[in-house]
Amino acid sequence: MGNQDAPVKTGTTRHFRIWRGDESGGELVDYQVEVNEGEVVLDVIHRLQATQAPDLACRWNCKAGKCGSCSMEINGMPRLGCMTRMSTFDDNETVTITPLRTFPIIRDLVTDVSFNYEKARETPAFAPPPDLAPGEYRMQQVDVERSQEFRKCIECFLCQNTCHVIRDHEENKPAFSGPRFFIRAAELDMHPLDTRNDRKEYAQASQGLGYCNITKCCTEVCPEGIKITDNAIIPMKERVVDRRYDPLVWLGSKIFRRGQREAEQTARESAPVGTAHSHAGASHEPGAEAEAERGVHWGRQVPQPQAPAVDSRGRLPISEFTFDRPAAPSPFGEDVTFPMPPKDLNYAHPEQKD
Amino acid sequence: MTTRIERHHYDVVVIGAGGAGLRAAIEARLAGKRTAIISKSLFGKAHTVMAEGGAAAAMGNVNPRDNWQVHFRDTMRGGKFLNNYRMAELHAKEAPQRIWELETYGALFDRTKDGKISQRNFGGHEYPRLAHVGDRTGLELIRTLQQKIVSLQQEDKKEHGDYEARIKVFAETTITDLLLDSDRRIAGAFGYYRESGEFVLFEAPAVVLATGGVGRSYKVTSNSWEYTGDGHALALRAGATLINMEFLQFHPTGMVWPPSVKGILVTESVRGDGGVLRNSEGRRFMFDYVPDVFRKQYAETEEEADRWYTDPDNNRRPPELLPRDEVARAINAEVKAGRGSPAGGVYLDVSTRLSPEEIKRRLPSMYHQFKELADVDITKQPMEVGPTCHYVMGGVEVDPDTTAAVGNVQGLFAAGEVSGGMHGSNRLGGNSLSDLLVFGKRAGEHAAAYVDTLGTRPKVSTADVEAAVEQALAPLERKGGESPYRLQQDLQTVMGDLVGIIRRKSELEEALVRLAELRDRANRVSVAGGRRYNPGWHLALDLRNMLIVSECTARAALEREESRGGHTREDFPTMSPKWRTVNLVCSLDGDKVRLEHKPLPKMPPELMKLFDRAELAKYLTDEELAEFDALTAEAHAEEAAK
Ligand SMILES: Cc1cc2nc3c(=O)[nH]c(=O)nc-3n(C[C@H](O)[C@H](O)[C@H](O)COP(=O)(O)OP(=O)(O)OC[C@H]3O[C@@H](n4cnc5c(N)ncnc54)[C@H](O)[C@@H]3O)c2cc1C
Ligand code: SF4
Ligand code: SF4
Ligand code: FES
Repeated sequence: MGNQDAPVKTGTTRHFRIWRGDESGGELVDYQVEVNEGEVVLDVIHRLQATQAPDLACRWNCKAGKCGSCSMEINGMPRLGCMTRMSTFDDNETVTITPLRTFPIIRDLVTDVSFNYEKARETPAFAPPPDLAPGEYRMQQVDVERSQEFRKCIECFLCQNTCHVIRDHEENKPAFSGPRFFIRAAELDMHPLDTRNDRKEYAQASQGLGYCNITKCCTEVCPEGIKITDNAIIPMKERVVDRRYDPLVWLGSKIFRRGQREAEQTARESAPVGTAHSHAGASHEPGAEAEAERGVHWGRQVPQPQAPAVDSRGRLPISEFTFDRPAAPSPFGEDVTFPMPPKDLNYAHPEQKD
Repeated sequence: MTTRIERHHYDVVVIGAGGAGLRAAIEARLAGKRTAIISKSLFGKAHTVMAEGGAAAAMGNVNPRDNWQVHFRDTMRGGKFLNNYRMAELHAKEAPQRIWELETYGALFDRTKDGKISQRNFGGHEYPRLAHVGDRTGLELIRTLQQKIVSLQQEDKKEHGDYEARIKVFAETTITDLLLDSDRRIAGAFGYYRESGEFVLFEAPAVVLATGGVGRSYKVTSNSWEYTGDGHALALRAGATLINMEFLQFHPTGMVWPPSVKGILVTESVRGDGGVLRNSEGRRFMFDYVPDVFRKQYAETEEEADRWYTDPDNNRRPPELLPRDEVARAINAEVKAGRGSPAGGVYLDVSTRLSPEEIKRRLPSMYHQFKELADVDITKQPMEVGPTCHYVMGGVEVDPDTTAAVGNVQGLFAAGEVSGGMHGSNRLGGNSLSDLLVFGKRAGEHAAAYVDTLGTRPKVSTADVEAAVEQALAPLERKGGESPYRLQQDLQTVMGDLVGIIRRKSELEEALVRLAELRDRANRVSVAGGRRYNPGWHLALDLRNMLIVSECTARAALEREESRGGHTREDFPTMSPKWRTVNLVCSLDGDKVRLEHKPLPKMPPELMKLFDRAELAKYLTDEELAEFDALTAEAHAEEAAK
């Protein structure tokens, strides 16, 4: 995207196209606006508000990439407005700004992100060890670091916006929490003192982890550089699958299988509290194990991974603007439909029945 | 009334979803009260996310000699003895408990080798004291509290089938007025949803203000748009009083270039790790600005200063490490003398002092910040920095134990940056985050207790609601008036130029005249567009608050004829023991700001004894010292008698 080093000349006039409108519809509006050296996209939006468009709606807070308020799509790329320098565009490049696509429009660049807060509320909270008083917590730095990576999240929801499972797929929203909340589950799973031991199973069964087919688009857009897929999603999926190789669990879950359903249900709701919390082995919690085991497709050939189509920069095309027809192109090619039929998946689909 | 108004009923309404507000809400909910949390921005985005350094608490994890007495002493010294001693005492005593509590909510602080919470050194703290998570402590704090609230909501859901049965977050909602009954008791709060522009009325007998600071009235600030002094103004209009409003903290090193990042902080550790300050002539000017009281601790030559970094025991510290207010004043003076950088700052250079590898290892986030935001490689180029408005020490005058607002109002509580007194004339780094937790908890607890004492609930009067609606709609209904953005710019210029770091009588007088003009113009502001998410309209409503709070600052600054902490008068350059005994209290009389002197509460002997006489002599009046001497003599006599 343009020459990184090209300085923007002081006081040049640049062409911006900004989506204006509300839930009833809208359009891209053209603006000619002054841009000075060293400015970011959010500065230009502020200048527009102060000069030409006083009612242009846009969220922001910190202007330093710390609060995650100013998420928008800039030339089709999900970005933070305050962290996108104007010098990253070519001198005469038109800059097109649109609101996040995955969430309902409120007005202009402001969208209704309440989906994310609802999902946050559904994710079971930290379960503190009952026997430790405040001040008695002891943890090693190496152990907290894994969770700390996920706690860097500034909740900009760019990953949520990008994930194809819900981008343009309203119907998947009820069942799918999205990458932001997969890392929340992973964070708690890796928390040295969390006493719930079914975080992975919960992610699989109730957060829709199964819908994720590891495209890594979420990791690519994360402004905090959190390795969402490699460090959270994949380890969680692997652990769910791992159960298969633990003969004890395998046997145990077979035995408990029948008549287990109601027990599972209550187990999940009443926040089971275990004592030892191991990351290495199985949780040995029958309800959770059965849940996990049910979610694995036995004896199926792992299909060839579907390679997404990439653009000239070798990136996944997320842009609707560079595209020759309305609506988002699928990053997996036009011939693959989502959600994929469960039989094509190499992992468990939450709705899959035995 | 034709306008639709949504009504809600709560026991406690908390205005502000930063550290103080969330902690207060948790406490009120734990006390069984139906609680609303109101925030101008989305949940979890309040200004607290920006705090970097850490939260101060004398846990003694790194140095076991640390305890609350030492922390108390540091806080009083930092505030130049103008602090409310009782607040500083409570803060020092309760901060560790509040930090440990966060761990039970799921917080993950950085650890020491033996698995405890790690603590770091910071300016003004005698021992390593700041609990931290890298340089994103504020984010950890707010996320932890946010998640605790979610967990309480999950409990409520289990019990009542509804997440919002007892605690509800109203995000992107701005409160514009507090409503009182005829006995001057809080009856409710009125505001609007930013998204829809619809009005909303919260009927509640107790309100906790946790709205943060006022920095948006300044041109160069590290603060976000939220910081328009709403809580300060709401309190004033409800009959409460503000204290210490003349004290603003200017952080010496904010970025000044490029314009987009103007004001954003460059952490103090850049100087601690060898960064030096130079003017446009290349001179290391800080040597010219060492005040007499510090002369003995600071190096006189560049050679000695440089040796300190490797051998701190046998050399004195470089003058770049003087307290924040001294460095800020020095930079300001250089720029005013025409020796500033093109963007109006000075140069902060580490590139010629440390190897690129060393810089990247020691200052990763600063390297990243300049690279990402400014396209400046700090391993090759100096940074351009200048003072930036950072924190307001002043705020709502409160009862230290209950946080209840003082003045002609009941049922109003305040905690966090919006409250005053705790930090005196200057806040120590790290003392804010702990302040939020300590007094946030107290506010929630006492607001809940206050509700329990009420026989009947105060009633909102319809006329007041109508007046609030009218006030809110006025800028939209006026046509052809001035743009609020213009007015805000002019206000920032007045405050930045005339009520900035260095203040003079003539300039402050001029500022008051200009502020009166601005208030007049504010009555004629008009905005285009409708009520749905209209930032112009929002700003027009915020301006009213910014103007009144700015006036308090200017008036108090004119009145206080001395220099202390965050208040520097060029015409009264020294600290005066007489002024130390005085708080300047602002209240509202109609729409006029009234200023009164009020004696500072007197520190009891057992706290006084924590200081040695030589130190007290710098701050106290002769009478106070005589009293102190009498006390020590008495103690000696008692000892001898044993
Ligand atoms: C860059 C930076 C770094 C800092 N670093 C540190 C540090 O390392 N250590 C430290 O101790 N302190 C630090 N501070 C200071 C500290 O972060 C703040 O003082 C503190 O976070 C204030 O918290 P609060 O809870 O009082 O308010 P805030 O977190 O600012 O929250 C205010 C809340 O009130 C809401 N609000 C305001 N007005 C209204 C209204 N009219 N209606 C409804 N809601 C309203 C806002 O939306 C927001 O939710 C730093 C500050 C800055 C700017
Ligand atoms: S890897 Fe792809 S499918 Fe999975 S959460 Fe991330 S964006 Fe969504
Ligand atoms: S994980 Fe990254 S992209 Fe997703 S919300 Fe958090 S910071 Fe944003
Ligand atoms: S404004 Fe906070 S992340 Fe951009």
